[in-house]
Amino acid sequence: MPSLPARPTIAQLSRALAAREVSSRELTAAALARIGAAATALNSFITVVPELALAAADRADLQRARGGTGPLLGIPFAHKDIFCTAGIRTTCGSRMLANFVAPYDATAVERLAAAGIVTVGKTNMDEFAMGSSNETSWFGPVRNPWDRDRSPGGSSGGSAAAVAAGLVPAATGTDTGGSIRQPAALVGITGFKPTYGRVSRYGMIAFASSLDQAGVLTLTAEDAALLTAAMAGFDARDSTSAELPVPDYAAVLGESLRGKRIGVPREFFDAGLEPGSATAIRQALGVYERLGATLVELSLPSLALSVPTYYIVAPAECSSNLSRFDGVRFGHRHAGATTLEELYKKSRGEGFGAEVKRRILTGTYVLSAGYYDAYYLKAQKARRLIADDFSRCFADVDVIAGPTAPTPAFRLGEKVDDPVQMYLNDIYTIPVNLAGLPGVSIPCGFSGGLPVGLQLIGPHFGEAALFNFAHVFQRETDWHQKLPPVGAPSGAIDSGFAPEGAPT
Amino acid sequence: MLLHTSTEQPGQIFAVKPIAVKLTRQNVEQIAHLARLEIGPEELDGVVEKLGRIVQFVDQLQSADTSAVLPMAHPMDKSQRLRVDEVTEADHRDLYQQNTEAVAEGLYLVPRVIE
Repeated sequence: MPSLPARPTIAQLSRALAAREVSSRELTAAALARIGAAATALNSFITVVPELALAAADRADLQRARGGTGPLLGIPFAHKDIFCTAGIRTTCGSRMLANFVAPYDATAVERLAAAGIVTVGKTNMDEFAMGSSNETSWFGPVRNPWDRDRSPGGSSGGSAAAVAAGLVPAATGTDTGGSIRQPAALVGITGFKPTYGRVSRYGMIAFASSLDQAGVLTLTAEDAALLTAAMAGFDARDSTSAELPVPDYAAVLGESLRGKRIGVPREFFDAGLEPGSATAIRQALGVYERLGATLVELSLPSLALSVPTYYIVAPAECSSNLSRFDGVRFGHRHAGATTLEELYKKSRGEGFGAEVKRRILTGTYVLSAGYYDAYYLKAQKARRLIADDFSRCFADVDVIAGPTAPTPAFRLGEKVDDPVQMYLNDIYTIPVNLAGLPGVSIPCGFSGGLPVGLQLIGPHFGEAALFNFAHVFQRETDWHQKLPPVGAPSGAIDSGFAPEGAPT
Repeated sequence: MLLHTSTEQPGQIFAVKPIAVKLTRQNVEQIAHLARLEIGPEELDGVVEKLGRIVQFVDQLQSADTSAVLPMAHPMDKSQRLRVDEVTEADHRDLYQQNTEAVAEGLYLVPRVIE
């Protein structure tokens, strides 16, 4: 009988699999049962694939029986429904792609599958990753396992809720303006966004191509390091993929932080940071001081430009990327159009939801003749000011720390009628995307009974140090082990399994 | 280290400075046409109002001094990698065309565009 906790990490599951205490089929069947049981309570999955998952689990068990190893072999896992998966529909949370089956796997999907991971399904998300609350999904909002009346954040809200509730030990996400880190913070888990270009964007449905980056939502930094190591690296099929070797992230985990310097931007604690969150962040910084790191107060003077800059650059790129959805080759097609223009307009008008339409219109406006210089070019210049702020800071510090989100999880419906207030929720995460930096959110406390996330930001390709900073914090604290009230019935994994060996 | 927290309302960060940008229904209809995006008559007023707020919000940028700043299109100022101009993809037409029913003899079907 495996001695696994109620919400085991990948590292723990991996050890149990290696010791033949449990099979991938058993873990996968248990994950599928939990997903089914939580479907109504959380709505965290759009598609579940029991048959494919169990077949993949059997292959993993067979591979292990034949001597196969690897930290991800046989681990149940979910992909955000923005990653193309051959043979499994990929909706991107949109009516537009409600019946779309991609003809190929995204590189991230392919690499994780090659490492033996078992995909159990595709998680719910804001439509085309445009949202910070998971309320723009055509498939309905996801609920936060800490309080079902609250949002799990977005856009990777389904992945966040599923991991927090213990349905799967980890899931992919994508982060264009905070879509991994903010939901991770709001549900009390670890969310890791690598450097722009570190993980291939091939097969990841494009939103804003100069900002989009794939990453993972996990229970620990250690698990994030294991997954990122498998996903990262050059891919000729992504023209902005970084041609750099991937370091051994696991090798640095546990290194001392003595003498390390942590930058704390004073603007991160200005107006708008909810006081309970500020207290949790300060206490987390105190933990780092006790671990031997030095806190250095910094300034990011252009921080206030970040959200307006992002809401020009991202919609501009979105309006261009989403022009491919025209009702002709794939996606929703309006029935009965008599002209090509009518086919385009009605297919798009019916296929896209309100927020996606707003972004397409904003992007079209800022790129249109007479407005390009005043908006798009201006935003590209402001983007450099923001990136330069970070470059200056990283000359003096190893990482930058602060809050991930200005408040803990907000109520469903609270911000849906005010897009600008919704956009401002990403004030601390957006500048990181604009500068292309890696960032991670880790649980660091609670405010009003809801989780608070600490954000750590690194220099370009400084993933290894981020994993270590997060890992060392998680060795000292247990915030990442706090279980939400909604999730798997306790003992769902560690009961009822016959202690049999792997199939032969 | 001293870090101060304001007592202002959470989420009311960096308040929008009102700038006189006014989007009209005609503006929005023209933008929607450029985007080949139908906005139904029942949606239009809401779209005009919310898009107006968004444009007003992003207009804050006009107050930033960006003289002598070069625009940034890629976060590391990289340019696109080029490759040799040779065929690297196999023909997957039949597979790709499974995502629509409006095909015939390997061609995508659309309403007639040439009389």
